[in-house]
Amino acid sequence: MADVTASDGALRRFLHGLPGVDPVGLEGRAAALGTRSIKTTAKAYAIDLAISMIDLTTLEGADTPGKVRALCAKALNPDPTDRGTPRTAAVCVYPDMVATAAEAVRGSDVKVASVATAFPAGRAALPVKLADTKDAVAAGAHEIDMVIDRGAFLAGHYLKVYEEIKAVKDACRREDGTAARLKVIFETGELSTYDNIRRASWLGMLAGADFIKTSTGKVAVNATPANTLLMLEAVRDFHALTGVQVGVKPAGGIRTTKDALKFLVLVNETVGEQWLTNEWFRFGASSLLNDLLMQRQKLSTGRYSGPDYVTVD
Amino acid sequence: MSDRLSVLKTYKLFVGGKFPRSESGRVYEVTDSKGNWLANAPLSSRKDARDAVVAARKAFGAWSGATAYNRGQVLYRVAEMLEGRRDQFVAEVADAEGLSKAKAAAQVDAAIDRWVWYAGWTDKIAQIAGGTNPVAGPFFNVSSPEPTGVVAVVAPQESSFLGLVSVIAPVIAGGNAVVVVASEKAPLPALSLGEVLATSDVPGGVVNILSGRAAEIFPSLAAHQDVNAVDLAGAGAELAKELEVAAADNLKRVVRPQPVDWSADPGTKRLMAFLETKTVWHPTGSLGAGGSSY
Repeated sequence: MADVTASDGALRRFLHGLPGVDPVGLEGRAAALGTRSIKTTAKAYAIDLAISMIDLTTLEGADTPGKVRALCAKALNPDPTDRGTPRTAAVCVYPDMVATAAEAVRGSDVKVASVATAFPAGRAALPVKLADTKDAVAAGAHEIDMVIDRGAFLAGHYLKVYEEIKAVKDACRREDGTAARLKVIFETGELSTYDNIRRASWLGMLAGADFIKTSTGKVAVNATPANTLLMLEAVRDFHALTGVQVGVKPAGGIRTTKDALKFLVLVNETVGEQWLTNEWFRFGASSLLNDLLMQRQKLSTGRYSGPDYVTVD
Repeated sequence: MSDRLSVLKTYKLFVGGKFPRSESGRVYEVTDSKGNWLANAPLSSRKDARDAVVAARKAFGAWSGATAYNRGQVLYRVAEMLEGRRDQFVAEVADAEGLSKAKAAAQVDAAIDRWVWYAGWTDKIAQIAGGTNPVAGPFFNVSSPEPTGVVAVVAPQESSFLGLVSVIAPVIAGGNAVVVVASEKAPLPALSLGEVLATSDVPGGVVNILSGRAAEIFPSLAAHQDVNAVDLAGAGAELAKELEVAAADNLKRVVRPQPVDWSADPGTKRLMAFLETKTVWHPTGSLGAGGSSY
């Protein structure tokens, strides 16, 4: 695959040579898979799996160290009334909150993910983006969620986007030779077409993304079953071609247990069980966790729960 | 002579201001007092009940936050809309309860008057149930009634319309949101009431009407952690006991079933049953070491 990234022209020929997406078929397939009925023990399993896949997120201008610590406490112990509840995969914060979060989750298996590269717009010079990334890694981030330069992508400067992802990937290296895992956010709501989402997915994976992620959660259209299915298909094809496994993270707009279970069905039916772990699939979400906890309480007690029995975040 | 076929009405639930069918897709046959088929009514499931609670919780904030005067106007509007569809309700009540036209009309009129009566209470109940309290300290102490939240109601089984109105109106007049399970045998007047509420400024979700078997649906409502009170008016003795046990789990308020003459003056008992008293202590007089000239 090295030759396709040799020049801007070669990369463009490759990305534009990818088969076009059939939008009606794609949305139809995503909708059909969403009708699967998941009940009783399968539901209990799926709820626990979904909780363990959450990147519990707070990305607000008003974030305080206190709020980040509260979020970490919730990630470590989502339901204080039931200690059997799995922990979330990670907490996801802005770079300046990484140190606070790392301190709060130290000694546990909960990771700290940090957005970087001038999130969410990505409108900054490359040195600034790299400094942003290095700062977060130095402060203890296990994972970096970068945004691509949508302007360059839409203008057709694919090699620029490619080089930028590669540079950020380099910036994820730590001095001891290990590296933070890199999630690449495409902001699918700004890419206009499904064809563009497919191209962006391949571009990201070619550049070395460990995860490809739908969106920032800051625009009108975020993760949908259809765009996530499309990215899962790209991941499947990339794995078949190169043997490299890449994770997927839908983010934004997933608020209910029902929605989350639909995404898990998509994963299982598209890329298979190998991806059904928080190593390879994540949900970027905040309010989803409360709904999962309420459903979990319903399954374990037989009574419907309510918002009075979960934390207000 | 006309060969016109009459258009039969599909009775549907009223949840969140919309008219869904039962999520389960089930219906059951509703007959008049002589056993003749009248219509099919939705046979609600526990999931319908859960959806209704979600809708009620969503509506509660705005409804309880509306001014009492505004709530009164909205309830009065319900009476206005009912008046316009009086004939339909008279026919439905006559069929459901096996009453003569005149007796059914008296029931419907009483039900409309009851809406007006409760509409008047919305901005007066605070003066009756609240007030300032004399306390032994430098405090201005005020109590005021506040709505308790989402209330689930088993509607009376025999009085299909007057009884129904008599249990719904006091709940929402106080600022609560309600999920009501209509009379199992005679749900049609209740389902038609949903159409009236939908066109009378009552925000969607404040009143949610389900039809079906109370014995099937209501245990999940009585145990529901997000329901704050239950009125068991139409539950039989055995069911009521089961529901009361389930409701005790999160200390819901419970109004137990008792024989009621629905045509008599209802008093404020049902209104007060779903109000909680909030008391505020406001300091007055000297506060600091040097005293305060407040």
